[in-house]
Amino acid sequence: MKRAARYVIFYAALLGLWTLLAELKIWPPYLFPTPWGVAEALYAGFQDHTYWIAIRVSLQRVLIGYGISVVLGMILGLGVASNKFLEETMGGLLVSLQSLPSICWWPLALLWFGLNQNAILFVVIMGSLLSVTLAMEDGRKQMPRIFGQAGRNLGAKGFKLFWYVLLPASLPFIVSGLKQGWAFAWRSLITAEMLYLSLGLGQVLMMGRDLNDMSAVIAVMFLIIAIGYIVDGVVFKGMERHLQNKWGLAPAN
Amino acid sequence: MSNAQVVPRRYPIPAEPRVPGRAVKLGPVSVEHPDGAASTLVSKVGLSEICLSYRAQSGERLLALDHINLQVRAGEFVCIVGPSGCGKSTLLHLIAGLQAQTSGQVLVDGHPVQGPGTDRILIFQEHGLFPWLTVAENVEFGMKMKGVPRADRRERTSHYLRLVHLAKFEKSYIHQLSGGMKQRVAIARALATEPDVLLMDEPFAALDAQTRDLLHDELERIWRDTGRTIIFVTHNVREAVRLGDRVVLLTFRPGRVKSEFPVQLPRPRSLEDPEVALAAREVLDELREEINRSLEAEYNEGVKPHIKPGGQA
Repeated sequence: MKRAARYVIFYAALLGLWTLLAELKIWPPYLFPTPWGVAEALYAGFQDHTYWIAIRVSLQRVLIGYGISVVLGMILGLGVASNKFLEETMGGLLVSLQSLPSICWWPLALLWFGLNQNAILFVVIMGSLLSVTLAMEDGRKQMPRIFGQAGRNLGAKGFKLFWYVLLPASLPFIVSGLKQGWAFAWRSLITAEMLYLSLGLGQVLMMGRDLNDMSAVIAVMFLIIAIGYIVDGVVFKGMERHLQNKWGLAPAN
Repeated sequence: MSNAQVVPRRYPIPAEPRVPGRAVKLGPVSVEHPDGAASTLVSKVGLSEICLSYRAQSGERLLALDHINLQVRAGEFVCIVGPSGCGKSTLLHLIAGLQAQTSGQVLVDGHPVQGPGTDRILIFQEHGLFPWLTVAENVEFGMKMKGVPRADRRERTSHYLRLVHLAKFEKSYIHQLSGGMKQRVAIARALATEPDVLLMDEPFAALDAQTRDLLHDELERIWRDTGRTIIFVTHNVREAVRLGDRVVLLTFRPGRVKSEFPVQLPRPRSLEDPEVALAAREVLDELREEINRSLEAEYNEGVKPHIKPGGQA
């Protein structure tokens, strides 16, 4: 109860400060809109379906891109973790590649795939693949050896060993990496969409800029934050809670 | 059976043997025991000339197991004891096919072992249960890998859970169980894949004394009821004598078979039986030499042999 009260006070104060600054009219309203202006923009955007469509398109893209990243990243990470040669060679490369912002792949993606959805997907994959790979590699190493031995001992091998033993056994160790991968995928997507005109939240945001409509820009920023927050809170928190219940682990943080 | 007759009796028959008509015979047997007769029979598990060496961090090759020969009959309960660092656990991993020996052969039913197989199931000291599965799903796991139909799986799972008195806990997760219950789940999981050979790697070492006593009774009963072959590794001599038909003593680094002790005490036995204590004493006398060697190694080389406190007898 106390905590909820603190939340309410904090956000009310923030909103009040924003309203105050906007009402002081230090900057023209199109540069510094009021909260009502943003709320109106949100309402209008949902009314004419622009935001619904944009959200659907963006979510679809990020799900495909992130999904591919997770599958590829797990295979790569497992390979790197279980092969000495790969670990020594590719391990370092992966770490150094991670310092490259994924949008740097955009020019190459454009040339390779053309100005279409595949180029966006490529950037999203490059954004999250490394996080997932490194997380999986680390998770595979942290995972107690006994699970793999027990699994093989009970007749699991090849894909079954991976699917029924190694993957679930390493999940508690890779959940934070998967979460990080998701955050990278979402950011990469929005960035790529801002550079490429075709639906999606990033493009709607740029449209607001082109129309000098900062209410719309801020409205879309809220949407981007909200979706990221909801996925984190619902999907990943749920996954962590589920793992804690099963494994009996204390909360990770 | 054949070696028992050649062993001179070392101990007086207890005044009141619990099973009348069965004498207690015990004593060390030479390693080259008369196996002429046994060679015509195929042993359940046969180790011949097993050597295992590995490269130490210093770069030199260390011999962990040195020409191990051991024949285990079908349905026999064999206990392997030795000081820590003698490679007794490694030996089980070799039989399980989780690790490969440097030379020699592991034969099961006369066929060389090439990797893991569900005819030999290993039970680990730290149980190795899967925390992401319920108790029932853990027990089912081996059958699922084998492709046993779901209905059969369910039936066998509940059968084996009843056998270890855990039927009520089928929906629990592993972390909700006590140490003894975990080990019972591990036993049920191993039995459910219906292996011919159970390999047990110090399964009760981490349990408190009361729980261990109970599990000894349960294991003896399960062994009697299912007729499985059991190879049981322990550092606890009393436990070995209490459970085994035969106790095999390994030397400290490199592991060699030092001697074998057939234990022909009546069953069911108990850890407190004076005969068990007496027999354990004799095994321990031979083991002590090896423990001293392991301690010496610790002092001289700074190598820790990881002797567990209170572990011996």
